[in-house]
Amino acid sequence: MASAAQVGAPDSVRAEYLLRLGDDALVLGQRLGEWCGHGPVLEVDISLANLALDLIGQSTLLLGEAGDADKLAFHRDVLDFRNCLLVEQPNGDFAQTIARHLLYTTWHHMLLQLLTQSSDRFLGEFAHKAVKEVAYHRDLASEWTIRLGDGTEESRRRMADGVDWCWRFIPELFEVDKALQAAIDCGIAPDPRDFEAGYRSAIARVFSEAHLEQPAEQRPILGGRSGHHSEHLGHLLAVMQFLPRTYPDATW
Amino acid sequence: MSSDWPLWEVFVRSKGGLAHRHVGSVHAPDAELALAHARDTYTRRMEGVSLWVVPSAEIVASDPDQAGELFEPAESKIYRHPTFYDIPDEVKHI
Repeated sequence: MASAAQVGAPDSVRAEYLLRLGDDALVLGQRLGEWCGHGPVLEVDISLANLALDLIGQSTLLLGEAGDADKLAFHRDVLDFRNCLLVEQPNGDFAQTIARHLLYTTWHHMLLQLLTQSSDRFLGEFAHKAVKEVAYHRDLASEWTIRLGDGTEESRRRMADGVDWCWRFIPELFEVDKALQAAIDCGIAPDPRDFEAGYRSAIARVFSEAHLEQPAEQRPILGGRSGHHSEHLGHLLAVMQFLPRTYPDATW
Repeated sequence: MSSDWPLWEVFVRSKGGLAHRHVGSVHAPDAELALAHARDTYTRRMEGVSLWVVPSAEIVASDPDQAGELFEPAESKIYRHPTFYDIPDEVKHI
């Protein structure tokens, strides 16, 4: 890992950070992929599949930098996944999927903007590419949040329920544990606390345009970054990993 | 749901300097999402650098029943094609 040597980030610190970003993208991409063929309308079905493909592409780069991308994606057990809990939450209805996407990609976009300044060359270049994709994700999720929140009585109720489901997973996005602190100290990772206030006000702006109330603060649920996942991730992995695990030598 | 949404015609400019070309249509509840749907449906493989969407209902079309009077008269007027001139070899791109 040449770029790690370049800045002196220990391999283990860098690998852990790559896994966190890569697993977020992989799991959210797989979740969005579950909509394929089930979207509320054809155009939205294609939109969601496009978002999924962007994320799978990002995870391929990140996990490929951390090691063997296929092995990491398909032959790792649930306790070894390092994604945040928000991205593994079930799709629910379209509104819940949009709520999850808004809350995640608003954070993701702010993170990538800062990550372009990473002292790690790979991460900086990766962020340059990904930040454009994710800007579109954030815009699309904002537009849908506004239309559903400011739509019919039913769409508004569904949007509010979706936000309510996802709200308790926000604090984890801004949690700085030992492993992340080490990555921040090496200069390879941004400190998410630097943009928490900006994140909160960006979400509040979308909600106000959507005429949605912010949910009351709920007890935060943490633990995804250290492998303590909700039951939902196990089911997702069972579907995603079934084929390569059953037929390890299968090729296209 | 999509049957409640109006239809939009999509035009893509494949590169700077070329005209936008009609490529198809999408359903969308409003102009902004029509652009998003057009982007997601028609520019996934680097097909374009610019998009137009136009409400299909705003397109004024000629009546197929009038095709005879509108278009057939041109068929007998081949002298309108500039094919009766000798083009010098030095002139390119015609």
